[in-house]
Amino acid sequence: MKPGMTLGIAAAALLGAALGLQHTAQAQSSEVLSLRGFTEIPQTNAPPDVKKQNTDAGRFSRAYRQQPPLIPHRIDHYQIDLRVNKCLQCHDWPHNVQENAPKISETHYTNREGIALDHVARNRWFCTQCHVPQANARALVDNEFKSAVELE
Amino acid sequence: MSENSEQAEKANFIVRLWRRLMRPAVTVSLLTVLGGGFAAGIVFWGGFNWAMEITNTETFCISCHEMEQNAFREYKETIHYNNRTGVRATCPDCHVPKEWVHKVVRKVRATNELYHKAVGSISTREKFEAKRIQLAANVWRSMKQTDSRECRNCHNFEYMDFTRQETRASRRHAEAAAEGKTCIDCHIGVAHDLPDEAFKAYQKVVEELSR
Repeated sequence: MKPGMTLGIAAAALLGAALGLQHTAQAQSSEVLSLRGFTEIPQTNAPPDVKKQNTDAGRFSRAYRQQPPLIPHRIDHYQIDLRVNKCLQCHDWPHNVQENAPKISETHYTNREGIALDHVARNRWFCTQCHVPQANARALVDNEFKSAVELE
Repeated sequence: MSENSEQAEKANFIVRLWRRLMRPAVTVSLLTVLGGGFAAGIVFWGGFNWAMEITNTETFCISCHEMEQNAFREYKETIHYNNRTGVRATCPDCHVPKEWVHKVVRKVRATNELYHKAVGSISTREKFEAKRIQLAANVWRSMKQTDSRECRNCHNFEYMDFTRQETRASRRHAEAAAEGKTCIDCHIGVAHDLPDEAFKAYQKVVEELSR
């Protein structure tokens, strides 16, 4: 074999491998989506529409018994972290009396071992895991949801 | 021997200078003396206030890493830095009084901060976190004592239109105004992160002051 020919074969093999790789990369990108979606790295994705939060329409009632009550006010920038939970400034006993705010349910003071504590249990610490600010928003999809009261 | 004579000469010089200063000016006119004094007054007084204003800027405050890496970074997340109208407060707007006398008093007390900068009391994140409750309590104490004077440079109950506020806010502000509460009573942690047990610590500050 001439050395030139070997070089040619090698080059062809490399090209083929590169093409193959590109194919698999494309196949993967159509299957696995990152949070960026289909936006290529150099492009900037379009920001989502900004929605104005309107929490101020009276207090919404619960749709079913177990529903965590909704928050009838804005909670922007409320610090809830390892150190402090801003919600407790008004909703924790005894502050709720002075602040005239709804008291946190007593269930939130019992830890997972069933021991009653004098402070909000750590597994109930992050309010916004269950409680969200209410909003008079349009339903995103048509649905037949009825509240428990309506069903009766 | 020579040291003694040097000292004597120095003392002599001071005495001579003093005598010369106390003697009425003979060779210069009264106008020169007055005019010179006036000009020097402008330079010194202006220079003093100019230097004080330089220390009264956010750039100056965050030229120390203690403030830039802790207080300022958390502050950037809050409503007083980033909001809908684009009006914003800088460090001295809340932490240095606007009135001249109070401002100078605050500036003199700030020399304590220079000492702690030199000693490195809060030179690391860990040290800052350990001292956060004490530092926060200092600010709460002065806010409570002055009836949140620095807040009221911009926010004032008299000009606050409760009808344009959220239901809860308007109700609580009306209550607060009637009860004579001050801004910091509810708005602790409005511009910086709160430390652990912050609400209890604030109660302690209030009790301490009411004694």
